[in-house]
Amino acid sequence: MAAHTHASHADHAHGGGHHGSYLERKGGLLTTIWDWATTVDHKKIGVMYLFAILFMFFLGGVAALAVRLELFEPVRVLADGKITGQFFGPADATNINAGNNIYNRLFTLHGAIMVFMVIVPSVPASLGNFFLPIMIGAKDVAFPRLNLLSWYVYVLGSIFAVCSIILGGVDTGWTFYTPYSTTTDADHIKVVFMVLSAFILGFSSILTGLNFVVTIHKLRAPGMGWFDMPLFCWAVYSSAIIQVLATPVIGITLLLLAFERIFRIGIFDPALGGDPVLYQHFFWFYSHPVVYVMILPGMGIISEVLAVHAHKQIFGYRAIAFSSLGIAAVSFIVWGHHMFTSMSELASAVFSALTFLVAIPTAVKMFNWIVTLYKSSISINAPMLYVLAFLFLFAIGGLTGLPLGTLSTDLHLHDSYFVVAHFHYVMMGGTIMALMAGMHHWWPKMFGKAYNEKAAMLGCVIVFIGFNITFMTQFFLGTQGMPRRYASYIDEFHTLHQWSTIGSGIILIGFLIHLFVFLASLAVGRKAEQNPWGGLTLEWTIPSPPIEHNFEHEPIVKHGPYDFDSVLPPTWDPADYPVPNPSAGGRPAVAHSPEPKD
Amino acid sequence: MSTLSSSSGKSFWQRYVHASHFRSAAEEFDAVKLGFWLFLTTEVLLFGGIFCAYFIFRTLYPDAWREGSHLLDWRLGGLNTAVLLISSYTMAMSIYCVQKGYFTRAKWNLFITLLCGAAFIFIKIAYEYIPKWSVGKRPGALFDYPFAEHAQLPLWWSVYYCGTSIHAAHVLIGMVLIARVLYRTHKGYYGPTHYTMVEVTGLYWHLVDLIWIFLFPLLYLIH
Ligand code: HEM
Ligand SMILES: [Cu+2]
Repeated sequence: MAAHTHASHADHAHGGGHHGSYLERKGGLLTTIWDWATTVDHKKIGVMYLFAILFMFFLGGVAALAVRLELFEPVRVLADGKITGQFFGPADATNINAGNNIYNRLFTLHGAIMVFMVIVPSVPASLGNFFLPIMIGAKDVAFPRLNLLSWYVYVLGSIFAVCSIILGGVDTGWTFYTPYSTTTDADHIKVVFMVLSAFILGFSSILTGLNFVVTIHKLRAPGMGWFDMPLFCWAVYSSAIIQVLATPVIGITLLLLAFERIFRIGIFDPALGGDPVLYQHFFWFYSHPVVYVMILPGMGIISEVLAVHAHKQIFGYRAIAFSSLGIAAVSFIVWGHHMFTSMSELASAVFSALTFLVAIPTAVKMFNWIVTLYKSSISINAPMLYVLAFLFLFAIGGLTGLPLGTLSTDLHLHDSYFVVAHFHYVMMGGTIMALMAGMHHWWPKMFGKAYNEKAAMLGCVIVFIGFNITFMTQFFLGTQGMPRRYASYIDEFHTLHQWSTIGSGIILIGFLIHLFVFLASLAVGRKAEQNPWGGLTLEWTIPSPPIEHNFEHEPIVKHGPYDFDSVLPPTWDPADYPVPNPSAGGRPAVAHSPEPKD
Repeated sequence: MSTLSSSSGKSFWQRYVHASHFRSAAEEFDAVKLGFWLFLTTEVLLFGGIFCAYFIFRTLYPDAWREGSHLLDWRLGGLNTAVLLISSYTMAMSIYCVQKGYFTRAKWNLFITLLCGAAFIFIKIAYEYIPKWSVGKRPGALFDYPFAEHAQLPLWWSVYYCGTSIHAAHVLIGMVLIARVLYRTHKGYYGPTHYTMVEVTGLYWHLVDLIWIFLFPLLYLIH
């Protein structure tokens, strides 16, 4: 930190440029690029993360569409010996495996990119980076240069993944299960590249998580106790703790896997006395907790967006805050539910029982959100639509986790399309919907531009419909016996697979609309107000887009984040304020203004 | 980027206030320490994986493990333990000296710490890795030692090499950090009111020690 020091606070307030928007250009194109590439401003880093992640989301999405296209037709051998239905590879009987091979590489590519490069960093590294410090009234995260480093480490990790793809891709699945992952493409470096990519991305994840934990502990503004924090901060805090505690384990696992491939050390190789199941334990010891790294920040967004657009005090603040910590704690002891088939019956039963515990804090959140909505005055707009989509889809995703956690049913559902549908409902229906809710909610704040509400709502509806067509069908495919990770299937599944592929096309259309809406907003959007939704958290007390140091003066927090009953949102005219205050029998009387410190 | 107060003639640590997003130097110090403790936790968990593998295979193949640990010379391990313990003491002393402003003593202590680190690596490579590797005591499929009594001996060497080499890598990183602190102490960066980096480097070095304190008995002493 030594280089980033200053002599006195007074210096600062009078220094040039600090009052301008953080987006203000400092000079020509090259200067601007250099300025961004070396910035330690958490807002710029958040924006750079956002674009990097969206780019990877695009790459992962292309792979997904390709996978769905292959599955549009089953592979059939016709009477004359011809093969039809292979989207990948030449359709001759001698070469049928070429198509399968490409298929395996594409779904691995899709899974690895979406998990390690999109969902895990998605919310915390982009929106979290941008808004966490502002929401607790800080000028920056605790370690700004570490924050920039984490972005570069992320990019480096992604480059490793792209190299692996260019070298021909990997066919191990995103889970890299041994012994397959240690023997496939035996003489080739590409698997090592992919494994190292995940290893490197782990560092970026640890750095971000560590930074957030310290920021929340040390940099809250005066007056902001732990229970005055917006729930988004609680959620990011809980997931940051998981990131710090779980990621090192995948680090050593992937390192051992790389050693295994390069030197054949045999730790996971049964031929040398090693144990491939040990790999699975290590892997899921990280990867189950990490599913909560994926979802918790998303849940934080939902708490935030839902309360603001329902203009109502969130129901059960403490229950939501503690359920985040509860989820984080329980997530460390349920990993075995991914490997019921490779453990003793007793161990399976224990893990099954523990798995059900996770459902409790999750349900606590769901009920609190629904009660918050009850009798509130809901604004229907794109962020709120995405919140509703989240509630609906995540409920399905969570509930279908229960039959998977039950031994007798999981025996049949394991490794089937039911699992695929389950985790898409939680990861895409949960995290991505929350990310979209947050992006629309905070877009005007981040870029100072409004977006076209109607078009965004249309996009949301289309994504929602497409999503359900794509993945609802897969629950049925799974229960009927369609196994995951196959390029071909029997004719009975043809219709459902076709629907699923059609659904994926609809999702694509929805996201293209969003892309267009966002680009149009950047190019020609009207200037956004400081507080378009009537929020009460600190980010709405500062201009859109924020100034370089976030606040002119250190804010002093005088009310809770969701006191909609008693506090008028900053910059709001009482005449426009949509909710009559029930307790005072009229509109809120106390005008809020952030008071400067003297 | 850095705007130190301009009074010339003073050392860096005397002019240093704190990074602008912190309210005070004390707050910054606390934050860095908290962050560093979290980082140390991740290191412990990283080695946790190795220890876990060690115990699992020890339970599965107790005989191979016994044979393996007899093949290690406890005197070399003990010597390295002593070297690291001395270095831990000098590291702690150097923090104390910087806090008190005894810069010459601080630098000597840092220098000795650095030497101990180098000695550790030297003993490890010259007296352990090279002799063992050359007679075929190698990990996994590379194993080529004709007198092995148990089939799983290669696995023992895998755990041995993974554990000690990842630890040695940490020693090297620690040495780089100490060299940097030494250089910066020489340049007057640290002093009684500003010694955060000296302190966290010390924490890191103690952790590296601590991990060896666990590796040593597990690999060399328990039969
Ligand atoms: C209500 C809580 C949840 C329960 C009870 C639950 C339960 C399960 C179980 C038992 C499996 C293993 C199924 C099998 O392979 O046979 C599974 C798979 C999976 N779950 Fe969940 N889950 C829950 C929430 C989540 C969340 C929130 C996420 C992510 C955001 C998630 C992501 C996944 C993924 C990615 C897999 C599949 C991994 C693979 O094999 O590739 N789950 N879940
Ligand atoms: Cu799980």
